[in-house]
Amino acid sequence: MKFVDEFREPELITQTAAEIRRLADPKRHYRLMEVCGGHTHAIYRFGLKDLLPENLELVHGPGCPVCVLPMGRIDDGLAIAQDPNVIFAAFGDMMRVPGANGSPLQHKARGVDIRIVYSPSDALKLAELNPSRHVMFFAIGFETTAPSTALTLMRARARGIRNLSIFSNHVTIIPAMRAILDSPDMRIDGFIGPGHVSTVIGCRPYEWIAANEHKPVVVAGFEPLDILQSIVMILRQLNKGCAQVENQYRRVVPWEGNRAALKAINEVFKLRAYFEWRGMGFISQSALAVRESYAEWDAEQLFATPGLRVTDPKAAQCGEVLKGVLKPAQCKLFGNECTPEMPVGALMVSSEGACAACYSYERRKHELVAVGA
Amino acid sequence: MCLAIPGKIVELVPGPESWAIVDVVGLRRTVDISLVADDGAGPGDWVLIHVGFAMSKISEEAAVEQMQMLQLLGETASALEEVSGYGAGHPPDIWPGAPPGS
Repeated sequence: MKFVDEFREPELITQTAAEIRRLADPKRHYRLMEVCGGHTHAIYRFGLKDLLPENLELVHGPGCPVCVLPMGRIDDGLAIAQDPNVIFAAFGDMMRVPGANGSPLQHKARGVDIRIVYSPSDALKLAELNPSRHVMFFAIGFETTAPSTALTLMRARARGIRNLSIFSNHVTIIPAMRAILDSPDMRIDGFIGPGHVSTVIGCRPYEWIAANEHKPVVVAGFEPLDILQSIVMILRQLNKGCAQVENQYRRVVPWEGNRAALKAINEVFKLRAYFEWRGMGFISQSALAVRESYAEWDAEQLFATPGLRVTDPKAAQCGEVLKGVLKPAQCKLFGNECTPEMPVGALMVSSEGACAACYSYERRKHELVAVGA
Repeated sequence: MCLAIPGKIVELVPGPESWAIVDVVGLRRTVDISLVADDGAGPGDWVLIHVGFAMSKISEEAAVEQMQMLQLLGETASALEEVSGYGAGHPPDIWPGAPPGS
């Protein structure tokens, strides 16, 4: 509750929270999934759970690309990086993600040429500045990030740059939502839809969830009021017994998405037959591979990788947490062997991972309670 | 990586690729605006930037809200780090096919 005063429009927040309590039928138990890791972070940061009735549970979804990447892919990328001619470039989020033989940061400490970039364009620039070396960009992200990688390869082709490749770990959100709905141990009443992914794909791709699975989907923004309003919209649908796709984040998300971004994705990428997701197993047509027409820039075609499946440390229960079966704090390693400083699983690395968010904010709250603050 | 950072387009960079100088909380960075070109984004317009690419055109009001939200989320420092990290000169110094010395 502490944060409410810091919000804009605190009265509106209080009113919206009251509306949620009014709409929630005390005889029911609601399980709503926030698909996007950005929402998970916001929910913990703002302590929104404290504003919700006890019978309304928020289940954290698979929408954190770093968290769902299986360890074997990191090892494959790092295997390519061992070539002394290769510069391994990746977003900062990837640097502390553990592989079987250490994280990219630990490989860097061992002398492997590993660089942080903030944009795929920076990897292209690196290739231009280092014409005698090969720059491999470890590409990761949902549909929000894939267009940027695609455009970068289109630029590389247009500029005639051949010493750049990407190792694609781009994934798509819809097949993951389908896998969750198909999973027998999951019961979800409605979805808080991802905000930024939807700026690219729009709202139509969720329509089958409403039409066939009869679950409401509300695409939401990231402010506390956005998230609470989207919960009101879902509850209203559930109470009326209807299921629709609604767009709460209209100030940013167009219903049709971003056509230029979708076109760029389609130009460079094709769907993989299947891809492994950490904790969720193999999901068909859930990831993007580089098309043959861009094979010259595809690290998977240019380099041999071990392609090994690496199992997560046995005691870590990342998979259960990722699927929403376990809460972060219910994992045996949470907060003792696995912390943001020394992560065992990827959910503890990214600030959008459920475990890191839970650790940073929930624990602090408990500590405050413990000292009587 | 998953941050969306608001910025205001200051000027377009001439050339075959769609680049613009964008003011992001006082820092001037070169940002790829090809994904918002269909929306007619130009100087004075606000955009949401993700990994160095403008993803959508937004109103000034939404931009201010987004900045406040990053602050509330405790992400201002990471946003600034990300923006500062964008290569200052994304467009090549010489465009392919440009006459020498141009």
